[in-house]
Amino acid sequence: MSADGAGTPQQAATHELERRDLQIIAGMIDEGSRALDIGCGDGALLDYLVHRKKVDGRGIELSQAGVNSCVAHGLSVIQGDADTDLAYYPDDAFDYVVLTRTLQATRNPRDVVSHLVRIGRHAVVSFTNFGHWRVRLNLLTQGRMPVVGDDGHTWHDTPNIHLCTIRDFSVLCDDLGLKVQRALSLSRHGAARELNSAGAIANIRGEEAIFLLTRE
Amino acid sequence: MLAIFQGGIRSDKTMATRDIPSVADTGADKLPGFQVELARDVPMRLDSGETIGPFTTAYTTCGELNADKSNAIMVCHALTGDQYVLETHPLTEKTGWWERMVGPGKPLDTDRYFILCVNVLGGCMGSTGPRDINPETGEPWGLDFPVITIGDIVRAQALLLDHLGIDKLFCAVGGSMGAMQVLEWAAKYPDRVFSVVPIAGAARHSAQNIAFHEVGRQAIMADPDWRKGNYLREDVIPKGGLSVARMAAHITYLSETALHRKFGRRLQARDALSFGFDADFQVESYLRHQGSTFVERFDANSYLYITRAMDYFDLAGEHDGVLAGAFEGTDVRFCIISFTSDWLFPTQESREVVRALNAVAANVSFVEIETDKGHDAFLLDEPEFYRTVSGFIEGAAEHRGLSGT
Repeated sequence: MSADGAGTPQQAATHELERRDLQIIAGMIDEGSRALDIGCGDGALLDYLVHRKKVDGRGIELSQAGVNSCVAHGLSVIQGDADTDLAYYPDDAFDYVVLTRTLQATRNPRDVVSHLVRIGRHAVVSFTNFGHWRVRLNLLTQGRMPVVGDDGHTWHDTPNIHLCTIRDFSVLCDDLGLKVQRALSLSRHGAARELNSAGAIANIRGEEAIFLLTRE
Repeated sequence: MLAIFQGGIRSDKTMATRDIPSVADTGADKLPGFQVELARDVPMRLDSGETIGPFTTAYTTCGELNADKSNAIMVCHALTGDQYVLETHPLTEKTGWWERMVGPGKPLDTDRYFILCVNVLGGCMGSTGPRDINPETGEPWGLDFPVITIGDIVRAQALLLDHLGIDKLFCAVGGSMGAMQVLEWAAKYPDRVFSVVPIAGAARHSAQNIAFHEVGRQAIMADPDWRKGNYLREDVIPKGGLSVARMAAHITYLSETALHRKFGRRLQARDALSFGFDADFQVESYLRHQGSTFVERFDANSYLYITRAMDYFDLAGEHDGVLAGAFEGTDVRFCIISFTSDWLFPTQESREVVRALNAVAANVSFVEIETDKGHDAFLLDEPEFYRTVSGFIEGAAEHRGLSGT
């Protein structure tokens, strides 16, 4: 599910988080809460939440290798798909439902986001911002589809089929009647910036975005 | 440690392993392990509406029970398994059937956990079953033995826990029919089990699986030596029928790929086809061997009763067809495991359990292991499978406060 692929949780022994986006997301989640991490990959965030914040944490991951690795490290993870499996969860089952760098790989992002805020009291969504100036510039000057992140996928083999910008995602949240509790953009170097209501600058400068959502 | 259990009978191991007696004359007193009489004061209710009791439960243990009795793991055996999970089998003299899983430093680590393995009610390795004497007639029960269910089997195990003074299992683990028992534990006794690992199982027996069982039962009942179930009274054994039942069942435990790899179309100790009905092919010879060794250690009527218990298993059936109803509000930690080439209990069956557990927001892990070895993979060398169980047990131990014990 996560385009990051899967391996062993590198931080399993120390329960630390290296990725800046995950550090920020972990900061949004209350100690001792219940959380579901969809597309949990190698389980790094889940491992941190369970061990450092006493979170009752669960995960869903598409890649079997990722799932097996997570479970072998004592994390509660199932093999599953955000598009098909979220429907089985009851309303308000979790305090937080987290979807990091995965939305773009789902077949129906709108339904997925709806499920996130149905299953969880809060939803945390992170995604790559395709409104970033470098993406815009590349398309303008090279005339080719952007290749973002370090996975190196080209347009014909990428699992990322529903790309969006920060503004696109904000519009979706409005359409779904969701309340944006917090929104941040991250630069390439991990500098976080709170988004203002317009977000026009962030949509140009942010490489990645993190939204904390609730139902209205 | 072992000596403290009141009512347990520890018999001399050396007595049973010297020569291999046939099933019929395996006196209960010769079995290694423990045997205890349960339901002595109050008979146990059965799902059929009948009652049974007192009855004998045979079991083995490994490892030591800790002071607060919180480190017990129940290993539930499969259809033709028994309690000799680690100990040498008294009839076959083979080493324990799950040595890869249970032992010092193994996923179910006997240096840390107290492992219990119980011969199921209706079985033929020391627990009361159809070949035992019906106290009312003084003859073997035969088909007068009440039909039992997975629910009854687990109810008997719970009585054993009462007897041992164990309030709550740390974990229940089992493959195939063992997985059914484990799911039954979680569904019926959520307060008495902290975590469960159902492996290669299902929440109900499928039509195809019932069909295979019926083939096996009909083979037994078609054997003239079955004598309407009274063969023990008449001093015969329906070896042919039981052997065919085993042969048919054994095929379902493997996969086409595994059979092909092991045997292909290779001939058995000959250079050319015999143009007859001897075991020309290695696969035939192998199956015949499986059948003939099975009849030495298993009772035909037990086979009827235990296959029936599996057929009747349907957790959703007790909740208007909604499987999630069986797990409403559960605190049990689940680790569901399936194998890609298992066509007897395919991954889809496990996935249905996972979805039901998701519907009640249960704590569940689900792993599908890639293998071409079929249903029996849970008994075989599959490193990723054992790594998964180890990790889950370790994580559960952390939450149970059993780490570093």
